[in-house]
Amino acid sequence: MTDRREVGLAVVGAGPAGLAAATAAAEAGAAVVVVDQASHAGGQIWRHRDRNALPEAARARLARFEASGAEHLSGAAVVDAAPGRLSVVTDRGPLLIDAHAIVLATGARELFLPFPGWTLPNVLGVGGLQALIKSGLNVAGKRVVIAGSGPLLLPVAATAAGHGAEVVAVCEQAPLARVAAFAAGLWRAPAKLADAARYRRAARGARFRTGWWIARAEGSAAVERVTLTDGRREWRVPCDLVAAAAGLVPNVELGAALGCRIADGALAVDRDQRTSVPAVFAAGECTGVGGEDLAILEGEMAGLAAIGRPVGALHAARDRAGAMVALIARAFAPRAELLRRADADTVVCRCEDVRMGQLDPAWGARQAKLATRAGMGACQGRVCGAALERMVGWPAGTVRPPLSPARVSDLAALSGNGG
Amino acid sequence: MSDRIEIAIDGRVCTVAAGTSVAAALLDAGQPAFRASVQGEPRGPLCGMGICFECRVTINGVPHRRACMVTCEHGMSIATGAAPA
Repeated sequence: MTDRREVGLAVVGAGPAGLAAATAAAEAGAAVVVVDQASHAGGQIWRHRDRNALPEAARARLARFEASGAEHLSGAAVVDAAPGRLSVVTDRGPLLIDAHAIVLATGARELFLPFPGWTLPNVLGVGGLQALIKSGLNVAGKRVVIAGSGPLLLPVAATAAGHGAEVVAVCEQAPLARVAAFAAGLWRAPAKLADAARYRRAARGARFRTGWWIARAEGSAAVERVTLTDGRREWRVPCDLVAAAAGLVPNVELGAALGCRIADGALAVDRDQRTSVPAVFAAGECTGVGGEDLAILEGEMAGLAAIGRPVGALHAARDRAGAMVALIARAFAPRAELLRRADADTVVCRCEDVRMGQLDPAWGARQAKLATRAGMGACQGRVCGAALERMVGWPAGTVRPPLSPARVSDLAALSGNGG
Repeated sequence: MSDRIEIAIDGRVCTVAAGTSVAAALLDAGQPAFRASVQGEPRGPLCGMGICFECRVTINGVPHRRACMVTCEHGMSIATGAAPA
């Protein structure tokens, strides 16, 4: 049995952008449904078990969303989409949503660039470690190495230290000059500089190094040590957990399935958050990685524009906050050395265990799929596609329906109602 | 959030705080390898947010559940290792 729902606005993603879009539209009187895979609203940045652990501003946003009248479908994955229609699978069964407009607020995922040993258990993402701590992982007494790039490193180090971990090292791959230029660019956002200082203090005891990265990880059943390098020196560090990621990648797959234009790896939007497809809007990290404040502004604009309300009053604030996208991209672009760490034996596609040595750089992503199954596993290339795009210049392939794995019976029920 | 619930990991009963994800519970129980890759390598969670599918386990008999996306429930039975394709 397939449930059906007809709404004015369907929002995909319940992070800051999606919640802002849904709240704005519902407060203006629209019938709104929010579809999100997680069990709680908040996305990754406001992920929580106990809401009291969230910052006041986030709690206020969540409370306002709940009071707005928007419906929240948690544990719900979009498996297919067309303008005006979402095919959704939830724990309670399949659901077809017909919507006058759609707002995509699908966020970003981490960029994982393969290095020898990165497939060992207990080698996680940076946001990955934070997500696991927030979902109950006990890190007390664990030796943690955090390495990668971007504004996420220090907050995650602070979270780990705050939960009793021994944060042995925090390594930012970008050189000091770039990190300093980024900090200088924050002069218009003094609260962010204060945050950074607070995170540094919270992660005290950890050695913070710029211009250092992971060369390799080693261990037998799980990671036991990593070797860090600045290209000249090496530093071997015994550890229990490694958090490694090279920044964030916009989640554009659903937008791409809808036919939305993509530019610079993000969903392209106009000044009112319209994508290239009529009645499809996008907001937040899926339109470019710029952080929470920008995501909220874009979400509000998308939610209002999607129900035909004017948004011009928000342009100036959004444009100011939007400067962050370029700042982050410039400061934290992965250095060339990060793209050359995989040796012939390093697994690149983790789903299908395809090793770097099996891939011919003269191929494209499609030929690699045919020859080796790289990118054809459960994640549909969401991990290796972004890496290979940067490592060998193959444009990432598209993800096909079902966009998220689903039971055949659910898919059959959805297609049976597809008329 | 101080409530403790019981789950079984590969038949071994352990208690976790209510609200803990299956992925966090397995790691806390000293089980960093959740599954075997297609070539038999041990794998555990990577992204922690439902993208990478490395943390798949069998939960209450249902294979290929993403451990990072599922919250522990009292009486839940979790099986690591290879699941039928």
